[in-house]
Amino acid sequence: MKKILVFLFALFTFSAQAAESAEGEKFSPGDMIMHHVGDDYTWHFADGVVLPLPVILYGEGKLDVFMSSNFYDEHHQLKPYKGYVMEHGHIYYANEEGEPKVVEGENGEEKHAAPLDLSITKNVASMFVSVLLLFLVFFSIAGAYKKRRGQGPRGVQSFFEPIIIFIRDEIAKTNIGPKYERFMPYLLTIFFFIWFNNLLGLIPGGANLTGNIAVTLVLALMTLLITVFSGNKSYWGHIFNTPGVPWWLKWGIPIMPLVEVIGIFTKPFSLMVRLFANITAGHIIILSLFSLIFIFESVAIGPVSVAFATFMNFLELFVALLQAYIFTLLSAMYFGGAVEEHDHHDDMGHGDAPYAVDAHH
Amino acid sequence: MNPLVTPGIGLLFWQVVTFLLVLFLLSKFAWKPIMAALREREANIDHALSMAEKAKLEMQSLKADNERLLNEARAERERILKEATEAANHLVEGARAKANEEGQRMIENARLSIENEKKAALTEVKNLAATLSIDIAEKLIKRELQDEQAQRALVQSYLQEANLG
Repeated sequence: MKKILVFLFALFTFSAQAAESAEGEKFSPGDMIMHHVGDDYTWHFADGVVLPLPVILYGEGKLDVFMSSNFYDEHHQLKPYKGYVMEHGHIYYANEEGEPKVVEGENGEEKHAAPLDLSITKNVASMFVSVLLLFLVFFSIAGAYKKRRGQGPRGVQSFFEPIIIFIRDEIAKTNIGPKYERFMPYLLTIFFFIWFNNLLGLIPGGANLTGNIAVTLVLALMTLLITVFSGNKSYWGHIFNTPGVPWWLKWGIPIMPLVEVIGIFTKPFSLMVRLFANITAGHIIILSLFSLIFIFESVAIGPVSVAFATFMNFLELFVALLQAYIFTLLSAMYFGGAVEEHDHHDDMGHGDAPYAVDAHH
Repeated sequence: MNPLVTPGIGLLFWQVVTFLLVLFLLSKFAWKPIMAALREREANIDHALSMAEKAKLEMQSLKADNERLLNEARAERERILKEATEAANHLVEGARAKANEEGQRMIENARLSIENEKKAALTEVKNLAATLSIDIAEKLIKRELQDEQAQRALVQSYLQEANLG
């Protein structure tokens, strides 16, 4: 165990060093950290251990697929390829000089011309790995349930079964109510998708997938869409005709419907930002702790950094689970609000019972 | 804008495609059988528990039945014993009473016959005594009447005693 930890830290510091050497003479912690938490066209495990990933570009009516290693010459310097050029982690069309082509934007400002970039980046590749893992784990568990029908769980099955039951009983049943069953596949999928990817992101060299706004955006969007499409009459009634609110705030000055409609979007927006910020922040903190070694240019600071980073890593292991739980829990609560059958005569826990009574009598 | 908060089109695309695929495949091939298996197992456990509870109750009622039967048998035995004792007692009592009665009757008979015998004997004795007395008196009178002197003296004494006054 100890050996593994030492190895992991060595790997971590090596990749930090790699960033340093790639960036040039002066070590810039900001650049290194942004490079690590951001996306990339190659998968950089350690210095010299680089996995080139496929680049998929579509533009001007043609599809180009090639390996990202084509952008580098034998000295690891960037070079144009097939009329494309990579600059600051983006791929643009190249002009004759091998520089990004400049075009005029809609508002007259100058910008680089870029094709539609559907490359399998580091994040996408990492996601595929996580998906593979998810399939491997849960298909085998499903097989075990079929094979050992009616018997107690065993092995991996007994590790995941309490988690699945927890999600069903404590997250879905308590927050959604009797109609929980139709949301179970989604809740289980996001929980394990987020958790697995959070954990994969903690492995040195791993991608910061769940700390990427595009990923959390899609997850939050799914929750939003499911909430909106499973919303029943009483859910929409609550939004456009909020009970317990004076009529002139609804029909005279439509503040309440406005606020409630904004609320539909702020809820998933908070989901998106929470997951993104928590995971990215964790990565930035750990990377910053390692950057201290290079900023102070001292071996003495190493053990201190490693100690703090170890602590942070354990904290992040917990955060990985916690954020998956929170995302799932809040999604379940939003679904619960959408399918709940409101009795319009009680106060629905808003504490507005006296007004509700006034409004109804 | 900061690249951190700018969602990349490529990643967005792959995330949507992958996530939907994962959601579909896991739902169909993992969550559905797993949830069904869990539900089935829980139903089985519930069923088994309720069956055990039922068996326990049945056991209890069976035990109570046995107890009742045993008690009944015991009571029956008790009753039969009591009846038998009573019958025996009754028989003995009856026999004794009958014997007593018989004895009494025999004694009475004996007494009556003794009484009769006694009466007959007495009557005979009386008759004999009367006959004897008459015989004696006859003999006496016969003898007395032979002596005139003495007769006179006797009449004289009676007269004196009567003192006709």
